[in-house]
Amino acid sequence: MTERPRIAVVVFPGSNDDRDAAWALHALGAEPVLAWHGDEELPERVAGVVLPGGFSYGDYLRCGAIARFAPALDAVRRFAADGGPVLGICNGFQILCEAGLLPGVLRPNRSLEFVCRDVRVRVERADTLLTARCTHGQNLTIPVKHGEGCWYAPDELYAELAGLDQIVLRYEDNPNGSVHDVAGVCNREGNVLGLMPHPEHAVDPLLGPADGAFILASLVDAARDRERAFV
Amino acid sequence: MLQGPGENAGVIDLGDGEAVAFKVESHNHPSAVEPFQGAATGVGGILRDVIAMGARPVALLDGLYFGDPGHMFRRAVAGIGAYGNSVGVPTVGGETRFDPAYRENVLVNAMCVGLLPAERVTRAKARTAGHTIVLYGATTGRDGIGGASVLASQELDDESSEKRPSVQIGDPFTGKKLIEASLELVERGLVESLQDCGAAGLASSLSEMASEMGIDVHLDRVPLREPDLEPWEIMISESQERMVAVVRADMLEAVEAVCAHWELPCTRIGEVTDTGELRAFHDGEVAGSIPARLLTDECPRYEVEREPRAAEPHAWSEPTRDDPNVESKEWIFRQYDQLVGSRTVRRPGLDAAVLRLRPSLRGLAVSLQGPRLGERDPYRAGAQAVLGAALNVACAGGEPLGLTDCLNFGNPEKPEIGWELERAIEGIAEAAEALGVPVVSGNVSLYNETEGRAIPPTPVVGCVGLVPDVRYVPRGWREGDAIVAANAEGLAAEAALVRFVARVAPLLSLAHDVGDGGVEAALVEAARWSGVGAEVDVPQRARVVLACPPERVGRLGAQFEQIGEVGGTTVLGEIIG
Repeated sequence: MTERPRIAVVVFPGSNDDRDAAWALHALGAEPVLAWHGDEELPERVAGVVLPGGFSYGDYLRCGAIARFAPALDAVRRFAADGGPVLGICNGFQILCEAGLLPGVLRPNRSLEFVCRDVRVRVERADTLLTARCTHGQNLTIPVKHGEGCWYAPDELYAELAGLDQIVLRYEDNPNGSVHDVAGVCNREGNVLGLMPHPEHAVDPLLGPADGAFILASLVDAARDRERAFV
Repeated sequence: MLQGPGENAGVIDLGDGEAVAFKVESHNHPSAVEPFQGAATGVGGILRDVIAMGARPVALLDGLYFGDPGHMFRRAVAGIGAYGNSVGVPTVGGETRFDPAYRENVLVNAMCVGLLPAERVTRAKARTAGHTIVLYGATTGRDGIGGASVLASQELDDESSEKRPSVQIGDPFTGKKLIEASLELVERGLVESLQDCGAAGLASSLSEMASEMGIDVHLDRVPLREPDLEPWEIMISESQERMVAVVRADMLEAVEAVCAHWELPCTRIGEVTDTGELRAFHDGEVAGSIPARLLTDECPRYEVEREPRAAEPHAWSEPTRDDPNVESKEWIFRQYDQLVGSRTVRRPGLDAAVLRLRPSLRGLAVSLQGPRLGERDPYRAGAQAVLGAALNVACAGGEPLGLTDCLNFGNPEKPEIGWELERAIEGIAEAAEALGVPVVSGNVSLYNETEGRAIPPTPVVGCVGLVPDVRYVPRGWREGDAIVAANAEGLAAEAALVRFVARVAPLLSLAHDVGDGGVEAALVEAARWSGVGAEVDVPQRARVVLACPPERVGRLGAQFEQIGEVGGTTVLGEIIG
């Protein structure tokens, strides 16, 4: 059994925060491995997956619309179906929505402008694999940086998701106009989480707020538990 | 200094095996004609200059001079964001100025800062005959043909909008792949030299590479975006996102594999020779030939006529608080990714940004600054830009190490503009000398005129400085801090002030230089940045305001007049927070 659980960071051409995510995961006790978008299998012994921020394939179409066809996404689908923890950050969240692994869509920001600033998000569920280190109602300060982060779902779908407790994070100061201030959602099983804020940019206290560590450390814990279960 | 002027960017040794490459460049004329693509490709171009040195770009800064904060300006900001955000390089600072003098001739200057191991500085010039010339990146088309000559080297007029087809179109996705592929080529030692394909396309990059040897290029091998380009069009096309490398025979396959991994076309288009000639072939026939040095070191030079202009009074007016030049610029930099790369210790908004040189605790302070708004004296403009950029770096805790300059001027064929250029260069040189800091790279943008009206002399200067320990970067004044002010007039005194501020910065909670808005505006900016108000008696003159816990004032090692104390929710009648 290794001390550091292996977590794959899937790199698409156009991924920007892949190295940042790997650096933050390493700082929090994981062994990050970069996985290439064209690979049909995840690297060996991977116990967690991150889809990082960026502009996969340039995102000249709807964000994530091409990435969902990547061979690596099939591997991520199988991994998620097996209960493995998957975290989609920003572009990763967009890809998970496009791939049908998470509900809803991400639209251009209401302001029609890119926005980069710290936001406060409220933790609505602390009982998912990827928020286990948080407490219910906790406020986290984490930066956002996106042009298309306005999460949307029609009323009926939103009501269903709220009823099933799939809304995990909400903005206290909504930067993009998402419906009901949604900042992050999970799948029904709770092992796939997507969020627009960048937890990997809120780990080193010298660079600003460090609350992102609550979420990434939850992922590292979940990966460690999964690894133990398989040994 | 590891590399001075004459290459794609200057490089300075940071110690501990690290080095920094940086340069500022203009993209004024294209931005005047089409601000979004003009600004976007300006960012793309300066990124490739830094990549060509073998460095990973870690920061972008922009100097934006516009008539007003209207549509043109907003499109330029959007263009900068569209490129910089997409390629994963943070935009961490710069300067924005609004003045009717720039209404017809906007200025978009972009600066890029990159990091590389000190022993791995990559250069452009080919050195061994027989090596292969490889073109990789985007395909070549008719876009941007004559960008450097049709647009950049002429005055603007009524017909300028018809020149929109001469503006290049940026493709940040290919730009991002080009960055990653180029760094992989350099890190694995697969290329002998690298050159970006910028203004004047292959003609310019190949002649710079060939200047000490010779190059034969086969234009029919260049992958085209559309059929039937004439050889001369292929030679000068400014299609973006292309790089040229010199590769040893035994490395060719590895180079091609790297490009294939990043899904970039990669073509062997020629070879290095020892003829001294740059020869272009098309279907086996010589389409053109010229001794390479005639296009570089031995190009024709002409003496610019210089005639002093009658001393003009400066044109600055007392700014009001609602002047867009004094108002917060947050709405601009909020549109830029400031964080990617996980190095940004101090974000944009005040003086200079600071990037952590991970994993160490050292940092880089970076700034970009022009002369005082309305300055009409070219010598003073040059000196002000240098001292201002250096003081910004010092205020963020950095010891200035190097400078880069972009000279934005009118038509140099006019004797008074020739004189302006000469005087501005003297101002830059003397201020740099007073600081003891080298100017390692730069760029000129001339012909910034419309219907005979030139822009004011606008030398824009970038400064890079070393922060010994990022834990002690001044981050904002705190309740109870003492506020002191320091003044300096004249080159020697201002240079001494820069050195002083850099030295005492670790003792300070805040340092902020006094800009166009005067001392009052500087105090309001400092309070906004810190989120705390202050009680102050505004001094008549000051170059910099400093804040620190009262017990530390004595340790600053100089006599200061305390002008106030931090506290409360207002400063000078402005509500903070």
